[in-house]
Amino acid sequence: MPKLTIDGVEIEVAPGTSVLQACEQLGIEVPRFCYHERLSVPANCRMCLVEVERMPKPAASCALPVGEGMVVKTNTPNVHKARKGVMEFLLINHPLDCPICDQGGECDLQDQAVSYGYDRGRFEENKRTVSDKYMGPLIKTYMTRCIQCTRCIRFVDEIAGVPALGGLARGEHLEITPALEAGVNSEMSGNLVDVCPVGALTSKPYSFNARPWELRKTESIDVMDAVGSNIRIDARGGEVLRVLPRLNEDVNEEWISDKTRYAIDGLKRQRLDRPYVRGADGKLKPATWAEAFAAIKAKVDGVAGSKIAGVAGDLVDVESTVALKDLLNALGSQNLDCRQDGASFDASNRAGYIFNTGIAGIENADVVLLIGTNPRWEAPLVNSRIRKTYLTGKLKKVAVIGQNIDLTYPTEWLGNSGSVLTDLANGTHAFAETLRNAKNPLIILGAGALRRGDGPAVQAAARKLAEAVGAVREDWNGFNVLHLAAGRVGALDAGFLPGAGGRDLGGILSGAQKGEIEVVYLLGADEIEGDRFGKAFVIYQGHHGDRGAHRADVILPGAAYTEKNATYVNTEGRVQQARLATFPLGEAREDWKVLRALSAELGQTLPYDTLGQLRQRMVALNPVFGALDRLVPAAWGPFGTEGAVADAHFTSPVENFYMTDPISRASQTMADCTEAFLKPALAAAAAE
Amino acid sequence: MSAAHSHGPAVAEPTSFEFTVENIELAKRIIAKYPEGRQQSAVMPLLDLAQRQCGGWLPKVAIDYVAHYLDIAPIRALEVASFYTMYNLKPVGKHFVQVCTTTPCWLRGSDEVLHACEKKLGIKPGQTTADGQFTVIEVECLGACVNAPMMQIGDDFYEDLTAETTEKILDALARGEKPATGPQNGRIRACPSGGPTTLTESAIKAGVKPAGQA
Amino acid sequence: MLRDEDRIFTNLYGFESPFLDGAKARGDWSGTKEILDLGRDKIIDLVKESGLRGRGGAGFSTGMKWSFMPKTSNGPVYLVVNADEGEPGTCKDREIMRHDPHKLIEGCLIAGFAIGATATYIYIRGEFYYEAANVQRAIDEAYASGLIGKNACGSGFDHDVYLHLGAGAYICGEETALIESIEGKKGQPRNKPPFPAMAGLYSRPTTVNNVESIAVVPTILRRGASWFANLGRPKNSGTKLFCVSGHVNQPATVEEEMGIPLKELIEKHCGGVRGGWDNLLAIIPGGSSVPLLPKEICDTVLMDFDSLREVRSGLGTAAVIVMDKSTDIVKAIARLSKFYMHESCGQCTPCREGTGWMWRVMERLVKGQAHVEEIDMLLDVTKQVEGHTICALGDAAAWPIQGLMRHFRPEVERRILEYRTRADRGARVAAE
Repeated sequence: MPKLTIDGVEIEVAPGTSVLQACEQLGIEVPRFCYHERLSVPANCRMCLVEVERMPKPAASCALPVGEGMVVKTNTPNVHKARKGVMEFLLINHPLDCPICDQGGECDLQDQAVSYGYDRGRFEENKRTVSDKYMGPLIKTYMTRCIQCTRCIRFVDEIAGVPALGGLARGEHLEITPALEAGVNSEMSGNLVDVCPVGALTSKPYSFNARPWELRKTESIDVMDAVGSNIRIDARGGEVLRVLPRLNEDVNEEWISDKTRYAIDGLKRQRLDRPYVRGADGKLKPATWAEAFAAIKAKVDGVAGSKIAGVAGDLVDVESTVALKDLLNALGSQNLDCRQDGASFDASNRAGYIFNTGIAGIENADVVLLIGTNPRWEAPLVNSRIRKTYLTGKLKKVAVIGQNIDLTYPTEWLGNSGSVLTDLANGTHAFAETLRNAKNPLIILGAGALRRGDGPAVQAAARKLAEAVGAVREDWNGFNVLHLAAGRVGALDAGFLPGAGGRDLGGILSGAQKGEIEVVYLLGADEIEGDRFGKAFVIYQGHHGDRGAHRADVILPGAAYTEKNATYVNTEGRVQQARLATFPLGEAREDWKVLRALSAELGQTLPYDTLGQLRQRMVALNPVFGALDRLVPAAWGPFGTEGAVADAHFTSPVENFYMTDPISRASQTMADCTEAFLKPALAAAAAE
Repeated sequence: MSAAHSHGPAVAEPTSFEFTVENIELAKRIIAKYPEGRQQSAVMPLLDLAQRQCGGWLPKVAIDYVAHYLDIAPIRALEVASFYTMYNLKPVGKHFVQVCTTTPCWLRGSDEVLHACEKKLGIKPGQTTADGQFTVIEVECLGACVNAPMMQIGDDFYEDLTAETTEKILDALARGEKPATGPQNGRIRACPSGGPTTLTESAIKAGVKPAGQA
Repeated sequence: MLRDEDRIFTNLYGFESPFLDGAKARGDWSGTKEILDLGRDKIIDLVKESGLRGRGGAGFSTGMKWSFMPKTSNGPVYLVVNADEGEPGTCKDREIMRHDPHKLIEGCLIAGFAIGATATYIYIRGEFYYEAANVQRAIDEAYASGLIGKNACGSGFDHDVYLHLGAGAYICGEETALIESIEGKKGQPRNKPPFPAMAGLYSRPTTVNNVESIAVVPTILRRGASWFANLGRPKNSGTKLFCVSGHVNQPATVEEEMGIPLKELIEKHCGGVRGGWDNLLAIIPGGSSVPLLPKEICDTVLMDFDSLREVRSGLGTAAVIVMDKSTDIVKAIARLSKFYMHESCGQCTPCREGTGWMWRVMERLVKGQAHVEEIDMLLDVTKQVEGHTICALGDAAAWPIQGLMRHFRPEVERRILEYRTRADRGARVAAE
């Protein structure tokens, strides 16, 4: 461990630490523009210069590894002069248009200018202008502001894994330029806005919408996939204006996907802001809460519990799931399912349906097998973790059963047939040996692999494989299910599943067709075609006028994820709480409150009046809900149903990354991305 | 006069490109110079091959072709093509005249050389003659400073120029001739014009009079 | 004056064949095996003893540089020859490559052996098409004669030599930019550490040497380290190729002893300054990046690393740019500022932004269209660039301006005053 002295203070740091990092450990702030701790270090901005004894010139601290006995000074007049010089150079060609720049108020250049800027300009020449570049529907460019730090190029190369940007020409003509006319085609591109230290790359949908100091900032959790990315919701009045990532090393590090960041304009369109009741003429009519509840009561009263069913959707929070389960159980119904995609698998053992390794745990894997999943579209941040691990050299091999697509790292395609999994589980496939020889083999079973009719057999085969190759040990659990829906694991943990003698989704739908199910309660379930409910009376509770609402006989307006204090459990089984950033729209209410009010109306009053009481009920139902923000390892045990895995192909359920749920489907920005990035790719694929 | 185009001759951007059979052979030999997995090293020589095949410039399709040929991201090849000045990203004339105007050449009259080009060809630096025969540009030091002023046309250096010799060279090229390259004032390469002051023995053997000998 | 028998580059002007027959007649490739038989350490010691300092500009001890290479290595090790000659004024390596390429290739073998290199890449600037052709032909000859390649010269040592052509970028003369360029990237200098000796080409141990540094090695080892060390002056030993350009009667490249008086160099070999020595205004003694020297200093200064450093300039590449009294000295330096702006790779802020700024101010100073205070501001800007960048291009852009102001500030001030007077008169006329 090298010892060095910085500004007279001695410090011992790990070998390989940079001087800049050592300074940070001492709480000494070193200004920087090009340096970003998650990207490679080009040391090109020259802002972080420090003096080092016995070095003839000031050194860029970001790129200088610490050395034993090094004496570093960060606060001498020479250092200050050097940094002021760099600052001046950065500003001579930078337009001083801060008042109309969207980066204003949160701009590194602006901030550093306070410390290192001259109070007047000495540059008498004409300023340089740079033509703006088209980077797609998400990134707005104002390239004259660019300070050529190259963070954006390094981000797309290294993190996103898409060589979408380059620096063309040289000298003062050096310009950041996209590789493609379509723009930056990556699921992670929005992070460019955050990595850009100036206002060269800003958010297109957010442009000129607000100044940062006008915004109310709420720390929350994302629901656009099952990763549970930690986010900050910035709102003004009742409007969510933007979503930014919040640092969580275990989940999303400091990145979020483009859907997480940009689907929020979907919160303003096709919203359900009041109850509706379908009239005698078959048309939905606005109604009061009392009328809506009365319509439900009129239908439900006298219907046997066995003829009532409930389906929980993809974005549901644990609170409302538990409330609905309690209500349906009280009404005598055991017909519950939260797998609206029709997946069938054994949920009796938690280890059988969560991502046991943990997202951060991916970094310990040396061989990965992906089964029926496209993590790039299903969970971009899981995919970027795999890529990160591949880039460190620790991850030697990624193999795929399913679609053979570019995942931003090299993969070995084993085929797409179910028989490949069978052969692997039986140890007759050559790759089983690779997994066996791996130190930490990791198997990811996609949601698509479980929604087949043979889901339990697939699950059992994957378990068998995991056990056979030593992927499940005291110190390592490499068996993982990658869910798509933010609400899924929470609903599974809450037991929103068929009770004793109850029907699963298939049973509910066939029962509805046959008249055996007369009432279906859809809690935010939007992925089922309306005609599959037969003549059943459908109650839809949710926030968007999507598929579920269109089929409903009664609509109860609920809250979107930005509008409620709610619990979500991500694919790892991590319990996290989202917080209300704006109030529910119009007459809509937080979902558990709707259910609580309805329960009273139906004479089955739920035994909780406050969120606190409901959360106690959750913990009583399943103690995992009490373990906030941390992973509780799930005990290993048998799960799945051994049987034949069909030869049918494994495919990812996601056909369009940008539109996977009622919110993103309502988003114009996501529609624009589909148009810009997906349509051309589909056309090209069709042409081949 | 409408003889000049400021954006090069009217050559349409081609829609496709691939190496000729001969260039495929050359490309293979070039790639073989570098260790396995380091084929990116061949991007510069291959861009040069492509440029020569395209008549002195690199259309986008050729840059992309080279990138795919080497299995590197097209943007990496474009970065290289845009960084190095010898790659022309726009069409140039058949005779690509590069006049060095850096200080050592300027001290010895590169202004006159450049003016001679402008006068003779009726174009300004950066322009191409209407017939597509000549493009003239100003370039930085080409490394022949003791033979200043000089210009490079295609691969050939023309050195120790004056306005007159410059015009003569351009005339000869226009006539389809191949003028003698190197010093245009009769001296031998980088040897003092009055004869060598060193290496006298080998000079005499070669039939060259050393300095100071009548 | 250096005697012809002490000259290394005996085919400097191409009076003889540059190829194998001519080279062998000049003594190249004789006893190469015996030299290799001395062993790595001995060769490095001898090169150190000879006092050879890098001929590419920095003047660092060549033997010392070689000694930084790891003694053992699993995997390839590279020698890279910097033939990206591009410093304005400099055209010496060109003569070696087109007229004496075998000296270079034999040097590659010996130097490569000394540093344990498996292969040499010679990086020649792309504009040197015919020079590269001669080197390639010499390489082919050497392979065909078993001089390089497997069991080179029967020594049991395997060594490949490859050519790599640049494509127009002065910055690739910086050793790590050159390495980047061989790797197929933009020529942007790397941060150091790691130094190339630890992680260079393809992240392998690498030594980068100038053409002349490598090409003189075989002769040094054949004639003895002390022969070379006894030429020139202490710590500035040996012979050197000087390129004299600009306002001399007979510009030329010539091999002379280190430490030759500048005046003697010009008068003996280049027919003197145009219009006589007294017509001399200033000289840039070591390629465009070193500060110029006014006539008073040129009268007596010696041409070697330490003498020129003493007068706050440098030997650089020993490219002597002579300017007589007819020269617009401000314009001459402004043109160099333009050169450095054009050649900045663009990655570091001070160089990317500063070179353009300096050039624009210099252009105004050529006309006098500036305030006198801007001279100090410009000098301050040069100081903000100098020493603050990854490579030395920033320094190279700063020094010519600093040299100009050190010695010709009154001239610059005169122009400013003249311009102001003219402008004032114009304003008065307009007002009347």
